[in-house]
Amino acid sequence: MRKLKSLLLVGLLVLSCVLTACGGGKKGGNIKVGVVNNPPSESGYREANVKDMEAVFSAENGYELKTAYSIKNDEQLQAAQGFITEGVDYLLISAAETTGWDEVLKKAKEAGIKVYLFDRMIDVDESLYEAAVVSDMAKEGETAVKWLLDQNLSEYNVIHIQGAMGSDAQIGRTGALDEQFASGKMTKVVQQTATWDEAEAKNIVESVINSGASFNVIYAENDGMAKGAVAALDEHGITHGVDGDVIVMGFDCNKWALRELLAGKWNYDGQCSPFQAQIISDLIKGTKTASSKKIINEEKGFDAKALTQSDIDTYGLGE
Amino acid sequence: MKKNNKKFLSGGLGQLTIPLIAIALLFIFNLIRDPGFFSIGISHNNDGNAVLAGNLISIINGASELAVLAMGMTLVTAACGGQDISVGAAAAIAGSVFVKVLKSGSGISGGTVLLAFVAACIVAMLFGTFNGVLVAVFKIQPMIATLILYTCGRSIAYWINGGATPTVSSHIITAIGSFIPGIPIPTPVLIVALVAILFKLLFHFTSLELFTQSVGINGSAARLNGINSTFIKLLSFIILGVCVAVAGTIGVSRLSLINHETLLLDVEMDTILAVAIGGNSLGGGKFKISGSIIGAYVIQMLTTTLYAMKVSSTDVKAYKAIVIVLLVVIGSPVVKQRFGKLLERISSKKKITVKGAEE
Amino acid sequence: MQEEILLQMKGIDKKFPGVLALNGVDFTLRKGEIHALMGENGAGKSTLIKVLTGVYQKDGGEISLEGQNVSIKSPQDAQNKGISTVYQEITLCPNLTVAENMFIGRENGSWIKRKEREKRADEILGGLGIPARSTQQLGDCSLAVQQMVAIARAVDMNCKVLILDEPTSSLDDKEVNMLFDLMRDLKSKGVGIIFVTHFLEQVYEVSDRITVLRNGELVGEYPVEKLPRVELVSKMMGKDLDELSTLGEHEEKKTIVNDVLYEAEGLSSSEAQPFDFSIRRGEVNGFTGLLGSGRSESVRAIFGADKVNGGTVKIKGEQVKVTKPIDAMKHGIGYLAEDRKRDGIIAELSVRENIILALQVMNGMFKPISRSEQEAFADEYIKVLNIKTASRETPVGSLSGGNQQKVILARWLLTHPDYLILDEPTRGIDVGTKLEIQKLVLKLAEEGVSVTFISSEVEEMLRTCSRLIVMRDRRIVGELKGKDLNQTQVMKTIAGGEA
Repeated sequence: MRKLKSLLLVGLLVLSCVLTACGGGKKGGNIKVGVVNNPPSESGYREANVKDMEAVFSAENGYELKTAYSIKNDEQLQAAQGFITEGVDYLLISAAETTGWDEVLKKAKEAGIKVYLFDRMIDVDESLYEAAVVSDMAKEGETAVKWLLDQNLSEYNVIHIQGAMGSDAQIGRTGALDEQFASGKMTKVVQQTATWDEAEAKNIVESVINSGASFNVIYAENDGMAKGAVAALDEHGITHGVDGDVIVMGFDCNKWALRELLAGKWNYDGQCSPFQAQIISDLIKGTKTASSKKIINEEKGFDAKALTQSDIDTYGLGE
Repeated sequence: MKKNNKKFLSGGLGQLTIPLIAIALLFIFNLIRDPGFFSIGISHNNDGNAVLAGNLISIINGASELAVLAMGMTLVTAACGGQDISVGAAAAIAGSVFVKVLKSGSGISGGTVLLAFVAACIVAMLFGTFNGVLVAVFKIQPMIATLILYTCGRSIAYWINGGATPTVSSHIITAIGSFIPGIPIPTPVLIVALVAILFKLLFHFTSLELFTQSVGINGSAARLNGINSTFIKLLSFIILGVCVAVAGTIGVSRLSLINHETLLLDVEMDTILAVAIGGNSLGGGKFKISGSIIGAYVIQMLTTTLYAMKVSSTDVKAYKAIVIVLLVVIGSPVVKQRFGKLLERISSKKKITVKGAEE
Repeated sequence: MQEEILLQMKGIDKKFPGVLALNGVDFTLRKGEIHALMGENGAGKSTLIKVLTGVYQKDGGEISLEGQNVSIKSPQDAQNKGISTVYQEITLCPNLTVAENMFIGRENGSWIKRKEREKRADEILGGLGIPARSTQQLGDCSLAVQQMVAIARAVDMNCKVLILDEPTSSLDDKEVNMLFDLMRDLKSKGVGIIFVTHFLEQVYEVSDRITVLRNGELVGEYPVEKLPRVELVSKMMGKDLDELSTLGEHEEKKTIVNDVLYEAEGLSSSEAQPFDFSIRRGEVNGFTGLLGSGRSESVRAIFGADKVNGGTVKIKGEQVKVTKPIDAMKHGIGYLAEDRKRDGIIAELSVRENIILALQVMNGMFKPISRSEQEAFADEYIKVLNIKTASRETPVGSLSGGNQQKVILARWLLTHPDYLILDEPTRGIDVGTKLEIQKLVLKLAEEGVSVTFISSEVEEMLRTCSRLIVMRDRRIVGELKGKDLNQTQVMKTIAGGEA
């Protein structure tokens, strides 16, 4: 038992070493950037986000990157304070909570440090930051629904599998589809939340199949749930994908999901881009200018028919 | 008459009375609601195999992980008088190990799947041992002791695969998670049967059942009869560990994907409920594995029924809670006793009237 | 000594379902006296105390306090009337300070400020000579001091009657003396103290008067100087000494001269003081002494039931280690525990399962006894011991006490032990079964099994044992055999001291 404990401890140590090692960078006349982010362990999205930051703000690109990861707001605040004291040039923040940041951002401003928000907004006066690069979940939904309408199906009988109710992603991705249900253009066979749970999604679809109701679209608000839904289809001999009876739609663009698209088993995957680093870098270096404080990170929707392997390599998350 | 009533409540079916009545009620309710609810058909799945399909199959299939976990949980409950609330998190760890080993090789063959399962088993048994040591050696209450793994288990699972939700595509995994070509019964159902048989054999070829019940009913007496109660408790956690690995493997195989955050999420509560609905005392002691299995099917049947009624899945939990509270209260000793007395009174009244008629 | 009557309980009755726990018991406590309340298990001591402290409501009789009739409705009510109890287990809060403990939960909720509280606590503690500071955490004090703080608390609440229930059982000699000094001090202040203990020495050291109860009835009240120890013991055990001497002696038991089967030297456990003991093949011997004398603790040490601390054990001449029950079992020792419900039966399991349990444990988990064999064993012993049960599958908990005891006997007989320890096997069971068990013990001895037999009934032991080991205050104080094996001698040895 003691062994196990010490093993865990060693594991923790190694992990923290790796994380701090990432924070190091070459010294010199580089632009100093302090990034306060959620830990990569939070999700596949975050993992890609962290990697993207590291890739863009590299020494080769003329940056010196310092990072701090925590899911706790107060720890994040402390880290930001630390970066200000150290004297970074730019402070990049993806906050754990939307509140409590006024004080720190004011100090940054006094110290002449420019602040960029990414991924998540903060409840502060706009003057306290240069720009916020964020995803527009509602737009993700709209893009997806627009794609669906473009398929020109004679009828749309949709199984809508929602994410955890109340989350940004769920609200955004549900909105556009709800409009279609309201207008009568699409028929709601069932609308259920599986709270991002793959197995739950499978149960929901199985229940519809067992009830004998007909459907031709599965709109799942993330890749995992789409996979769960497809498992149910497979078990009941219902074809899906490019040449199948049922259109399968997912979100997040995990690499494995895009590969399903490439194989023609799914039809559509909507991007939720974790790649804000390049945009911020462009703003810092002045190669681009912000038209407004809130910059929407442009996100794509991938059609199985148009997808290429290089898209997977470029936009896919995880492995 | 009186004797029959008593037997009905205490002897005879005994502790299985309540779960069986629950299943019967759900059956009747569904038949009234939709006569076609239980129709079973044969369809061909996308691999071209003829397979059974229908709500009943979905229920029995869907309850598989729960049933396997409930079997192990019954043993822990009986021996320790408490429950392991870390089974969901531990299953996420086991599932992650399973996938990790599968992906570490070049291809997936029967051998690698077996190896991966054995690795998952070993890891789950190690974590079971961890819980077991806290409970049996350090005498920490099971729920408190397992709270530790409950809290950190999914983080550990995250480390194993580096946070990604890796997928595995292999016809072997699909066969484990859904159907083996040529067999129309879902594989998870077969696995449940296999695990149940293994438990049966375990109880037949060892005196584990007797020892576990002795430790659970009267630990002091068990000790004075030479039973090593520490070992028995520890063993119950290790056996639960194997069940956890099996459940994790089924869960992963169903979707060919491991999501450490959602795999068997909240399953611990359903597992404990399955044990309780099965008529087993949560305070330990006498137990019936079969009761817990039926309990698992009751819970899944309830879930499936609610889905079929298009109850919003956010509300499903609330409805489930109501039904489960009813079941547990009806199964409680207080209600049983009152009900038994009531029956006795009714039957004695009948006797009087009969007597009166004779006179 | 003042003769002013403080508390009078007259004709107290208390019924429990099926039992008359107190039957017209009188008890009188005077101001400024220490009054020992004595009696063996089931005598009614604790019931009487619980009636007095309002835990139980009496079913008959009267209680008067300082000449006024009172009815005591609850423990709180008793406290308000000036009747306080300090129990064996400390009922204060160890994680609060001494001062906080002294003032917590006091009536009329008068809020005394902390500083004031601490000052007052120190005054009281100082006045009573209790070595504790008010700001100390109670848990940091020794058990004796904790108990004294509880007493101080009672005194400060103007208690007139102080009940000390087994206060000395976990104290060492020095601490006992400290407590006694405090008791004498309170006595001089006019407090009436009811002292419940099973330590005879202590009764004679500190008490003024003794009331003896037996089987829920009053045996009598005696000034301590008029009741020699041996008489006290005989009164507690229900044997009149005069009557005893006229009673014919039992048939003299032959001293057994077979090989020594079991031998212990300086054996001690977490519960038992070091002792020497041996038993020969086919011998029946017994441990006797009053309740709490250490007889059960000693045999538990032999079986490894408590944590064994030291000593050497030889079985059949070979030195062995017996630190836990399974060791003892493997060396052919069986042990029927004193508390049948707590340490004996597995209530919800069947008669069959209870009978085969010990044998199954000895066989090990991987060699289960087949169902048919189990049934054969169960049937055999149900017949041999005449166990009255609906079937072998009946849960043992639903059997009568005597039959439960037989089931446990069957359990140990099935293991064919060389040495069987029976601790109070006949307690709470009917006369017929008692005789059956005695006969069985003698029969086993004839077959060469060694038996250690413990019973509260001396008669029973005289009938079965050829040697008696007498214990008092947790030590072996004598060994009786041959013609010394008679009631008078046993009583005398148990009482010790002057007789």
